[in-house]
Amino acid sequence: MHIRFFKHIGWVSGSVTQHFKTKSAGLQTRRKTVYVLGFSLLIFSQFTSAAAKIEHWQTPQGSRVYYVHTEGLPMVDIQVVFDAGSARDGQQFGLAALTADLLDTGAGKWNADEIAQRFESVGAQFGASSSIDMATVSLRTLTDKPLFDKALETMQVILTKPTFNEADFQREKNRTLAALKQQEESPAELASIAFYNALYEKHPYAHSSTGMIKTVSGFKVGDLRNFYQKYYVAANAIIVIVGDLSKSQAEQTAEKLVSELPVGKKPEDLPDVAMPLKSAQQHIEFPSTQTHVLVGIPGTYRKDPDYFNLYVGNHILGGSGLVSKLFNEVREKRGLAYSASSAFIPMLKPGPFLVSLQTRNDQTAQAVQVLNQTLSEFIAKGPAEAELAAAKKNITGGFAMRFDTNKKLASYVAMIGFYNMPLDYLDTFQQKVEQVTAASITDAFKRRVNPQLLQTITVGKSAEKSAK
Amino acid sequence: MNKRLVCTFLLCLPAFGSSAETKAFEHVLSNGLKVLVKEDHRSPVVVSQVWYKVGSSYEPGGVTGISHMLEHMMFKGTDKHPAGEFSRIIAENGGDENAFTGQDYTAYFQTMEASRLAVSFELEADRMRNLHLLPEELKKELQVVTEERRMRTDDNPQAKMHEHFISTAYTNSPYKHPVIGWPADIANYTVEDLQAWYQRWYAPNNATLVVVGDVQPKAVFDLAEKYFGALKPSDIKPLKPQTEIEQLGVRKMTVKVPAKLPSILMGYKVPVLKTAANEWEAYALEVLAGVLDGGSSARLTSGLVRGKQIAVSAGAGYGLTSRMSNLFELEATPAEGKTVSDLEAALKNEVKKLQQNLISSEELQRIKAQVLATDIYQKDSNFYQAMELGILETVGLGWQKADEYVAKINQVTAEQVRDVARKYLLEDHLSIAYLEPQTINTTAEKKGVK
Repeated sequence: MHIRFFKHIGWVSGSVTQHFKTKSAGLQTRRKTVYVLGFSLLIFSQFTSAAAKIEHWQTPQGSRVYYVHTEGLPMVDIQVVFDAGSARDGQQFGLAALTADLLDTGAGKWNADEIAQRFESVGAQFGASSSIDMATVSLRTLTDKPLFDKALETMQVILTKPTFNEADFQREKNRTLAALKQQEESPAELASIAFYNALYEKHPYAHSSTGMIKTVSGFKVGDLRNFYQKYYVAANAIIVIVGDLSKSQAEQTAEKLVSELPVGKKPEDLPDVAMPLKSAQQHIEFPSTQTHVLVGIPGTYRKDPDYFNLYVGNHILGGSGLVSKLFNEVREKRGLAYSASSAFIPMLKPGPFLVSLQTRNDQTAQAVQVLNQTLSEFIAKGPAEAELAAAKKNITGGFAMRFDTNKKLASYVAMIGFYNMPLDYLDTFQQKVEQVTAASITDAFKRRVNPQLLQTITVGKSAEKSAK
Repeated sequence: MNKRLVCTFLLCLPAFGSSAETKAFEHVLSNGLKVLVKEDHRSPVVVSQVWYKVGSSYEPGGVTGISHMLEHMMFKGTDKHPAGEFSRIIAENGGDENAFTGQDYTAYFQTMEASRLAVSFELEADRMRNLHLLPEELKKELQVVTEERRMRTDDNPQAKMHEHFISTAYTNSPYKHPVIGWPADIANYTVEDLQAWYQRWYAPNNATLVVVGDVQPKAVFDLAEKYFGALKPSDIKPLKPQTEIEQLGVRKMTVKVPAKLPSILMGYKVPVLKTAANEWEAYALEVLAGVLDGGSSARLTSGLVRGKQIAVSAGAGYGLTSRMSNLFELEATPAEGKTVSDLEAALKNEVKKLQQNLISSEELQRIKAQVLATDIYQKDSNFYQAMELGILETVGLGWQKADEYVAKINQVTAEQVRDVARKYLLEDHLSIAYLEPQTINTTAEKKGVK
């Protein structure tokens, strides 16, 4: 049954709300911003199962395949992921996102309507999107053969024969320009854009994956075609299959999806991230009732040896919803904000460490002070033994829930595949959490989160002006 | 992953039958608490949800939003567990938790490893009857809820427009109030207000406990008896009907807010499952919503966004499971060079086509295929399965409606879709809001190094 309730609802905590931003009729959420997307991937993908058996092989073209067989529901989730996110935009900010958007607007002999009808007539759900690191083409379908075959064939043609028609390009470009314009009415979006800019400056992680009005305006359809030809190649693809398909069906599926893609090659490594040279603050004056505050620094990457220290430490600091230190100091003790949290967003290169809250304009200074105080105390002293024990109990005790649906399982298998993590990442996760100590967390935070280099963004009405 | 099979689906498309439902089991405790259990053994986890029959549509003027405020205060301690303990214990047991309030319900949930279900029951039973409301906690939490309102509504042009829209579209239905409440009401709640609301609605005979996951129904019923069985029931006074009066002509409003893009929102007064003269009318409206906005091949995206290119986005929405009659909504954002008037004409034209012509058999088949598939996809999530049972039970439809849904949609005909379009999508029952963007001046300044 389709239950519509998200428009009229209030939650005790914003942390769960993110999971539910699924249905969107309006433009407002049509184009997922890279930052939000990264955030939810973090939630879903950094936990792994000791019980889920991941099988792994390569297609003859060199695409890595990751397959998990699940039973009980006649459905399958398939993702093809390319190293073709906005980090590959070059100076054409927004190119990766628009390329992904165009894929299902025309392919082979079909136009956008025909493609949509082919999927929807069999109840399949198709998507193509991009984040900073990745472009993801995904399909959820029933496994009943005639339905599955039609959906898979459509996906295969989209992957291998997109037409990049001029008329479709103009329309989707205009829709992107409208979305970019709409970003400017959201203090949260403006804060996020300024934050990534401050952290990454010239690095490819610095810009929003939707791009900018001035870059997107200049795109030609040939730019998208070139981007597609360079990055949507077999050597740059991983394939994730989670669901009720047999091993041989999974093999045939993977083979069919990429056999007609040129082999191509993997793109070069992204440049290293340089730390900001000094701490800085930026304020954007905006006519909102709240000021959005973001504080952070480039943080951790997927294969970081410090990863588990930073992950568990952050869980205590601001990553555990209703019981974190930040939540307690900002909301429970002082009622300064509805949400206050922190996160490391691990990527190919160090993604942001990010502390955020939103508060009434005139109490911004106090909220920022509490945020900074909580953060600097944590860096200086680390967690108490009792806090660490509670965090470990939470993480290991809830381990099974991190991958209790095909959807969540597929997300983290994609993470393991894309970031080339060891297959036993699943089996060792809880052990690695247990190995973390208060001393190792303190040491890692001291080395990795230098308070002298923090970047602070505020977007809202400044105190003097709102007092008028 | 647990390999035990729940059930095997035998799909026989395109001859739609009802999919083999996993059955829910029901047991009512002597104090009136209804317990619903559905087994799903794919993973060793469980979700437990407590649903109360109270939400913003139960609220009188002056205390709008109090159901949501009380939801927040439910985390602020009982005689036995002081503020913060609830969340600390759940976290220590590896649980996820949250709560949400809607127009027709307030619900609390924990997701946990299946063997810890008792932890959730003990805490939920305690706060069902023993909440300890403290003035100093309320004072802080009022600030939190005010911040929540600022973030969700006040600084969000679309949400703000929607709030103004519903408050004008309805005359006397309590659906005219926002779930989070009006600012002046939020600012003036007292401990006494909240205490009275808690006393009035929080009782086992006004609640439904829904459990879905790797559990056995009998064991869950026993556990529920152990923790909830001793709770005293209350005398729950029936709600006044507050039935919306008939609208006598189109209503139009303009909402001027700082924004960058204009948009239009239209809503027709329509019945829902609970209020329709014939049940099929609600299912036919559901299919009608699918014709307009059931994906990228549906008429709004295909016709207005891609075909005529007058909108950058367009959508339709209808929810058939509310307690009272609701709105069938249409919304759209114009493409560059087009106006909200262009969109109004185009949306009305779509409605007119539905009234004049039968939808195609391809459209009907597409929607039925999607409904069948979605029904299976949703079983991937225990949370969603529990939510479906909880909502249906709480609005008074009965959880068994979940099992009828696919079959009832399959019975809808093209003629019925045309008939509900003719009967309910009436100009005189329409409300329209136009978002008129006001200039935003932003200036950036970099401040010195600390």
